Amino acid sequence: MKSEIKPAVTVSGVTKSFGSGDSRTVALKGTDFGTDEGELHLVVGPSGCGKTTLLSVVAGTLKWDAGDIEVLGTKLNGLSPAEITAFRGRHIGFIFQQFNLIPTLSCVENVSVPLLLNGAKRAAAEKKAAELLALVGLADKGRKRPTELSGGQQQRVAIARALSHEPRLLICDEPTSALDSETGHQIMDLLSTAARSPGRCVIIVTHDPRIYGYADRITAMEDGRLKHVLSGDPLKQFVQSHR
Amino acid sequence: MFHLALKMLMGDRAKYIMLVGGLTFSALLMTQQTAVFQGLLSWTTSHLRNMRAPLWVVEAHVDYANETKPLRDTDVNRVRSVKGVDFAVPMYQGILKARAFDGSDKQVMIIGLHGATLFGRPPQMLAGNLETLRLPNTVVIDELGVQRLSAGRKKPIGLGDTFEINDREARVVGICRTERHFFGYPYVFTSYDQALQYAPRQRKMLSLILASPRPGVTPAEAARRISAETGLKAYTSDEFAKVTVAYIWKNTGIPMSFMTTIILGFIVGVAVSGQTFYSFVLENLRHLGALKAMGASTWTLARMLLLQAFTAGFIGYGMGVGITAAFGFAVLPGGQPPFVLEAASLIRTAVAIVIICFFAALLGIRKVAKLEPAVVFRG
Repeated sequence: MKSEIKPAVTVSGVTKSFGSGDSRTVALKGTDFGTDEGELHLVVGPSGCGKTTLLSVVAGTLKWDAGDIEVLGTKLNGLSPAEITAFRGRHIGFIFQQFNLIPTLSCVENVSVPLLLNGAKRAAAEKKAAELLALVGLADKGRKRPTELSGGQQQRVAIARALSHEPRLLICDEPTSALDSETGHQIMDLLSTAARSPGRCVIIVTHDPRIYGYADRITAMEDGRLKHVLSGDPLKQFVQSHR
Repeated sequence: MFHLALKMLMGDRAKYIMLVGGLTFSALLMTQQTAVFQGLLSWTTSHLRNMRAPLWVVEAHVDYANETKPLRDTDVNRVRSVKGVDFAVPMYQGILKARAFDGSDKQVMIIGLHGATLFGRPPQMLAGNLETLRLPNTVVIDELGVQRLSAGRKKPIGLGDTFEINDREARVVGICRTERHFFGYPYVFTSYDQALQYAPRQRKMLSLILASPRPGVTPAEAARRISAETGLKAYTSDEFAKVTVAYIWKNTGIPMSFMTTIILGFIVGVAVSGQTFYSFVLENLRHLGALKAMGASTWTLARMLLLQAFTAGFIGYGMGVGITAAFGFAVLPGGQPPFVLEAASLIRTAVAIVIICFFAALLGIRKVAKLEPAVVFRG
């Protein structure tokens, strides 16, 4: 029996603009977007089309002007900024283009940050962080600082950090753009595995066509709106055309 | 999270050293200058502690303890006749030239004590016998006197040695320990009559009167009665000390110059620490934004910044005060410059450092509070 597919993120008619008067820029123009649990969902499109803004409002890191956002069954519209921060801390993991690891902390300490923010004790957090580093193939790098690692290794540390508190939603901003092809594929293998975990989904904003083949769904954006959403056979054809 | 905040602070070595260095310098400047100022103020009243008289009677226009305006000899009896006064004795004080063994002239503070009672005697005799002062041409000198008047001698001046005061012989019969006088001259104690022999003749030679209240009468009450009945100014020792310190505050540039340095220390602390900590926050803004995105509340980040600022402040304060104390230990045996480190000074510096750290942290907290976590998604 096939299990029921639950929506993980639902964005309805969201608008977001920056600035005012003549310098006002509308980044999202009544955008609709959705993704389901168990999915690895890519958001693609040219620079300035609103991908990162969409990612930011879904993560609750940016206030939006109008529309409804529901993430993992919780309507973000009804939450206060403090509640959104707490929700983000519990349920969302982040992977950034520039890794955003704290250079003065060791890899273990970097990975333990989300656990500590969720109330874990230091010893327990560092133990789990070390296990996660082993999971991403960096068991011997725990005491090293991020600046002592290669770009691919830093991104793996960032993945371990994003997964450390077992979030249900992983939000990734250009996770492979700073990496070579081989390392990019290693990173995508890890993210793909993470997306298949029960009750979890991964949203990736990317310009990198090398990773299209990992997607369960691709949303293309243009001028603050969804241009098209691809899955199934059309997605396979789209991926083929970009090989 | 707080151990990570400290690692973030200390991991940025250059900023951390700059921050702690600024706070150390600020704490050092504020504490050391206050200690030297307090020491200087203590010198202004050392005369009172060296004589240890309960009542000081001076001419009506005398403003502070180190000023002398002569009285009439008969004023001693007038004071003695005031009800509530147990006894009153004359005293001479004046700055005279003494000739050292090598022929050089040294300024000395001559104190002429009442011959019968030797009231106002130095607090501690190190050698010799004070009673010998009743013999002619005899003096008791303090340790600074030994140092200054030994010029040209193979060994320091001691008991039985002689020197000249105003071309008159002075034979050392005792060495005493005193607190250094505000003017920096050594003390030379002699009898009142002998002091009049040493001093150049003037119409009035009595410098001041030392007195003591009768049992059952407080010094303050006796002083009030003396002032009322004689027209002279009578002070208790404490009152005279307060009047003297107040005079120094009002009439000299000493407090202002020290206050300026102390305020500069505070400003340097605010400027260096504020600027350094703010630039530390700016450089870490992306990481703080990432923490905010990962669920750290503004309050959590504010506490991290406060911890970082106050840790630097605590270390800087400790080092600044430590260096000040080391400076004190180094200079106290020599007595120069004056140095009095009071608990109140340490508390004042601690409060100033807390204000500096709070200000520095506040600049960062303001920035972090306005920080949108979405900043981490911008290239």
